[in-house]
Amino acid sequence: MIIIGERISVIAKKVREAMAARDPKPLQELARTQFEKGANYIDVSIGPAEDDGPQLMDWAVKVIQEVVPVPLCLDTTNKAAMIAGLKAHNNKWGRALINSASGEEERLNNMMPLAGEYNAEIIALTLTEKGIPALAEERCEVAANIMGKAMECGVPMEDIWLDPLILPVPFQQDKCKESIRAIRLFRELNDPPMKTTVGLSNIANGAPKELRGIITRNFLVLLMYEGLYSAIADPNDKEFMDTMKTVEVLMEKRLYAHSYLEM
Amino acid sequence: MPFVIPKDTYAGKVNALTFGSGDKAVTVGGENGLPFLSFECSIPNRPLIAIEIQDVAPSDWPDTVRKAYDGVSESPAKWARFCQDSLGAKIVALRLAGTHPDRENRSAEDAVKTVTEVLSAIDVPLMILGSGHIEKDAQVLKAAAEAAKGRECILGKAQEENYKTIVTAAIANNHKLIAMSQLDVNLAKQLNILITQMGFNKDNIIMDPMSSALGYGIEYTYSVMERIRQAALVQNDPMMQTPLLCDIGPNVWKTKESAAPESELPEWGALTERGIVWESITASTMIMAGCNLLVMRHPKAIETVNKLVSELI
Repeated sequence: MIIIGERISVIAKKVREAMAARDPKPLQELARTQFEKGANYIDVSIGPAEDDGPQLMDWAVKVIQEVVPVPLCLDTTNKAAMIAGLKAHNNKWGRALINSASGEEERLNNMMPLAGEYNAEIIALTLTEKGIPALAEERCEVAANIMGKAMECGVPMEDIWLDPLILPVPFQQDKCKESIRAIRLFRELNDPPMKTTVGLSNIANGAPKELRGIITRNFLVLLMYEGLYSAIADPNDKEFMDTMKTVEVLMEKRLYAHSYLEM
Repeated sequence: MPFVIPKDTYAGKVNALTFGSGDKAVTVGGENGLPFLSFECSIPNRPLIAIEIQDVAPSDWPDTVRKAYDGVSESPAKWARFCQDSLGAKIVALRLAGTHPDRENRSAEDAVKTVTEVLSAIDVPLMILGSGHIEKDAQVLKAAAEAAKGRECILGKAQEENYKTIVTAAIANNHKLIAMSQLDVNLAKQLNILITQMGFNKDNIIMDPMSSALGYGIEYTYSVMERIRQAALVQNDPMMQTPLLCDIGPNVWKTKESAAPESELPEWGALTERGIVWESITASTMIMAGCNLLVMRHPKAIETVNKLVSELI
């Protein structure tokens, strides 16, 4: 499975301060450790960054790609910052991933054309101005609308990563099942199957710390059984990564060897 | 509607392995697709053949192949030079068969002497193979590795039971390594992981899935190789992306078909051709399954397989 390392996020104090001070070291360190633990992409979340978005994203992309040979997942709602990130991105190790478009009209119109223009892949959240639809089928309708827009923009279906959105189990227990079903239904929207991704840690938001790990890991197993392609997660979490590798072995997507957990 | 050839693309790529020193160094592997499917993938290096010689006269080889080296096979250095100069070998594979305790039981010092002589006789890359005896190979290959320092040889075969000593010797003397497991895709991966965990660069490994000869279980080797290549290319498994080596001589030239006299089995055809055909068919089957480097014996079989590769590539 494709792992998008989530640790470089403006929500974290250390990252926020490093970004403000333009100190590359903390970002590079987080990028390096996530890469070593198996991240295939590194997420770069700068938030809305209203003051200096383009400069910040340009700087962050460059300093991170100085130390890790992987593509980046550019995470901002700021269109100008997204453009700056796409321009700065080194495609030598793979194309950039835009995080994200959605079924909201403005966001879709802002982000989807960039995927075509800059030959990038794109995450699309299946929500609209009205929020996250309750049923998996309704999220498929949003996905279909997003896919229509992608065609207009010349973005191939295999470049879209559909995200059904994960709601926390402590507050929305009835929605967990819908997200799992949505992964299966999204895949059926195209042949070859559509790519899918989720922000996994959200499933355990609001739960006590000692429960977060077990909830997240078991949810991962269910999603992977339905064919989940990728997850935004923390590759430094060994138990999480071990679970992912084990499911891959059991589903015959990874070759077994006694030391498979160590690779 | 015009016909469009459907093409597959793969997530992974086979490592390119370069060995030997100076301008005679060679490279195998590097492809990002299945064997010979060059319409859909890039195959930068053709499969190559190492010609096998031994540290002792090949008294156990059947006549057909032994005669091909009459007059040179009593001296490993002469034999090696003959392979390089007269047969155009791109690689010579020296099997230290005589170090086996059940044969001449030659010592590690004897092996060093042979390796040194052979290296001074040729400038093409050398592959140094033990006799296949687990404990003795560890001693012999360690000494041979030191003697061959600077020539970036391929050293082997490291197996589950003796890899630690051989890997250490390969690291210390800058050689490449053959990792051999016995017809088991999971154990092959495990061995590569263990070797890598000792600090050996996975890009310097070539994997031997354990060859067999036509009619003697070749289909097992074939399907293990297929699974290794699928893991490397489709699953993008870095531990399975090493090139593949097939050491077919000992198996082919042990078959009844390569040695049974015409007087006993006239319906099997000319003895002089049978072994050559057996080796050629075995080798060509292995390259179809993704073999990057063959170790072979008979000059005519080698010529046939080289021609086949040139036509397919």
